Amino acid sequence: MIAVALWSVAVLLALAPAGVVLSTRPRGSLILYGGCLIATSTLCVTALTDLLYFPHLAPSVTLPIGLPWLGAHFRLDALSAFFLVVVNLGGVAASLFALGYGQHEDSPGRVLPFYPAYLAAMNVVVLANDAFSFLVAWEFMSLTSWAMVVSHHREAENVRAGYVYLLMASFGTLALLLAFGLLASGAGYDFDAIRASHPSAALTGMVVILVLLGAGSKAGLVPLHAWLPLAHPAAPSHVSGLMSGVMTKVAVYGFVRIVFDLLPEPVWWWSMVVLLVGGPTATLGVLYALMQRDIKRVLAYSTIENIGIIFTGLGLALAFKAEGLDWVAALAFTAAMLHVFNHALFKSLLFFGAGAVLGATGERDMEKLGGLIHRMPKTAFAVLVGCVAISALPPFNGFVSEWLTFQAILLSPQLPNWGLKLIIPAVGGLLALAAAFAAACFVKLYGISFLGRPRSDVAASAHETDRFSLAAMFALAVLCLVAGILPGLFIDALAPVSKAMVGNVMPYQTGLDWLTIVPIAESRSSYNGLLVFLFAALSGMAAASAIHRLASDRLRRAPAWDCGYPDPSPTIQYSASSFSQPIRRVFGSVIFAAREIGEMPPPLSPSPARLTVDMRDLIWDALYAPIAKVIGVATERINMLQFFTIRRYLTLVFAALIVLLLVVAL
Amino acid sequence: MTALRDILSQGVQMCLVLLLAPLLTGFVRKVKARLLRRRGPPLLQPYRDLIRLMRKDVVLADNASWLFRVIPYLMFAGTWVAASLVPTFGNGLLFSWTADLIAIIALLGSARFFQALAGMDVGTAFGGIGSSREVMIASLAEPAMLITVFSVAMIAGSTQLSNVAEFMGSDAVGLRVSLGMAFVALTIMALAENARIPVDNPATHLELTMVHEAMVLEYSGRHLALIDLSSQLKLLLYVSLIACVFLPWSMATADASAARLVYGALVYFGKLVVLGFLLAVFETSIAKMRVFRIPEFLGAALMLALLATLLRFVSGSL
Repeated sequence: MIAVALWSVAVLLALAPAGVVLSTRPRGSLILYGGCLIATSTLCVTALTDLLYFPHLAPSVTLPIGLPWLGAHFRLDALSAFFLVVVNLGGVAASLFALGYGQHEDSPGRVLPFYPAYLAAMNVVVLANDAFSFLVAWEFMSLTSWAMVVSHHREAENVRAGYVYLLMASFGTLALLLAFGLLASGAGYDFDAIRASHPSAALTGMVVILVLLGAGSKAGLVPLHAWLPLAHPAAPSHVSGLMSGVMTKVAVYGFVRIVFDLLPEPVWWWSMVVLLVGGPTATLGVLYALMQRDIKRVLAYSTIENIGIIFTGLGLALAFKAEGLDWVAALAFTAAMLHVFNHALFKSLLFFGAGAVLGATGERDMEKLGGLIHRMPKTAFAVLVGCVAISALPPFNGFVSEWLTFQAILLSPQLPNWGLKLIIPAVGGLLALAAAFAAACFVKLYGISFLGRPRSDVAASAHETDRFSLAAMFALAVLCLVAGILPGLFIDALAPVSKAMVGNVMPYQTGLDWLTIVPIAESRSSYNGLLVFLFAALSGMAAASAIHRLASDRLRRAPAWDCGYPDPSPTIQYSASSFSQPIRRVFGSVIFAAREIGEMPPPLSPSPARLTVDMRDLIWDALYAPIAKVIGVATERINMLQFFTIRRYLTLVFAALIVLLLVVAL
Repeated sequence: MTALRDILSQGVQMCLVLLLAPLLTGFVRKVKARLLRRRGPPLLQPYRDLIRLMRKDVVLADNASWLFRVIPYLMFAGTWVAASLVPTFGNGLLFSWTADLIAIIALLGSARFFQALAGMDVGTAFGGIGSSREVMIASLAEPAMLITVFSVAMIAGSTQLSNVAEFMGSDAVGLRVSLGMAFVALTIMALAENARIPVDNPATHLELTMVHEAMVLEYSGRHLALIDLSSQLKLLLYVSLIACVFLPWSMATADASAARLVYGALVYFGKLVVLGFLLAVFETSIAKMRVFRIPEFLGAALMLALLATLLRFVSGSL
């Protein structure tokens, strides 16, 4: 099993240099993405087989590369297998999409070599069983994705995004490096040795905080999120899909691997920290998303929201585990993992949809789109499924994982700890708020870009995207529905992961009548997506056929009514910013310090009225701006070193020598 | 035999909500008219309206998409399924385990999601204003609703409505502060979700404050009939929900005799009359709010619900 996985990774790595050559050939991108498709499919099938049939084997391999006395350790246990499935499912979908989409790339040489390397790096992170390989792969993953973020480097915005991304990625790796350094102090870098060691409470506490900083900055937890909405949209769309849908999950993997697996039994305050970060991340992420007008940026901010939901689930699992209620911890943990899987599906789907729109119109700005449902009907349908799924609406998959998270929250009065008792309902409220905002956000995204009338010529002359892209989007849409109506299968597949990480599993689901899911007991709660779906489908169809047969099925086309005053200009429609104006007015004045300044011309003056909206990211102002300023000043000072005369340099060298000698002498 | 009876009672429930929904709307309209010393339309007028609309041609805007034509059916299906899952005359119905209270609310959320999309499909200013305001209201009402559900579910130890109703009908409940708060919050939410005064006015068409009517402005014929029927079903659903959670008396249990079921149905009918009357009185005695006062109104509900939940966390008996 693990040999197949590692050989597939090797194939991906070998494709990277091949990409340099292939990028100059006319059919090169087809060959490269085809190769990636085969390699990731192999990995996906291998990992799925392992997860379903041999989850308790956990084979491991040591390769004689890396540090000479350590070697590179790899291990395929249930957790790794699950995340391999997520990574490679995303990889398969992205490669399939790129078979069509990648042909439009202006400079394929800037994407093709990095794409397979990036996929390989994410796989190695998940497979690594020692800190050195983990960190090297992690950094490799950051750098390859950075290269693709700046692939369209002629746009100043992308260069800035790349710079911020590189800084934050380095910061994250530094935090993880320190965490592993602390862990390795008594044991060494091998994960097996770390697992067996008994670090002190103070040390594990520091490790948890460092991992939350390191993995959290990669995943986009507030307040370390600021790079994410800049970097993810800047990359080509299939890479954006991978970064948002998959790489953030690799970060979640890092957190779970270290906190749930490598560290000893959790302490209650860890969960407090995670919950206090996770809940606000969910709500703030989606509020930011609501304020955007760039499609890909909306999706990137919504990733932050979903990461918040996942971390809330993980925080709940930690809380219940710390208090000894591991059967509830299993519920919360399974909910988080299910959301990891679900989010990878619909976020990839939505980014591909944005890519298809971008390919057809060249526009990412919603206020220049509109009416695409007429010109790109198939893309529009797939994206609609993604929008419903991500808004956590039944019968799709997003609802199931949020429902399970809510069920875990409802069990929290059983916790003996008072601090947690007070925080968890508030976090539940934040999650509910985030779910409602998400629905608003995706009504806006879909309504403005796909419905209504075209707001620009490019939108009016758009054309349907290619077959490969459509195949990728439809496959993901079908998976969204299947995971929504048959969640029991997915919950059972996660049982070995939950057993390994929190020591307990949710009740076995697939044996139940009608494939209902029952998280705890039937008297508490149950949900049957399949029946809800069938019920709704049947009653909708019954209503349609009854009305058509018994009453009327005639239809006339006429101009829009619009209360008798239809205006032919498409600018009369609601725009992205006007759609979110009520929510901005209600919530934005505090959170974004949003102000609206209206300038009315005096009566009879022909000059136009103006409305200026001023919004600030307060976290950027409070946290990032001062740091950026300090770094700017410091680098300015250090920069002076470049322009010294030779005498000064000699003095400096001499002084350094004296200092070193003094240090040695004392 | 029991299987047949179960299917029968579930079928009766589904037909009952569908048939009663227009009647409840007609009743509320009639009471409102009488309170204003008007004679008002006959009780059965909503049925006549629905039948007339269904027989008419659909006039579809030129650039309406396929989604616009499908949405009325989606909304109707979602709302009808949700409404038939709320126990009315008896609990423990056949399909009561298919969806719990959270799922019922999410089903209504799906219906609303599609309705807001429909408002934006034709590309008119009215549709956009309706959708934009609807999602603003929903972004406050939905979390408030969920938190109310949390507090009720924590008291009853279940999110399954049949079990909640059973628990609320038993002696184990007692008098609780948190239940009182949850009741007020749920009532406010029911007003907001059903576009009643003071949040929206179901009787207006041409006012800038309108929300629901603005979204469905472009609909006609059978599509409009289905949307009207969906909103009537939604009103019935919320009234049944309040009746089921806070007035769960005389509901037939799962294994009740036919006579008990009929008795339960009669009592349910009585509850609808009382709650419908109270709704009409409330709507007549209060004025419509400005749009940007609504967040304060709904925010109060949100806070009450959160307080109810917190009380439950603090003490098991409050």
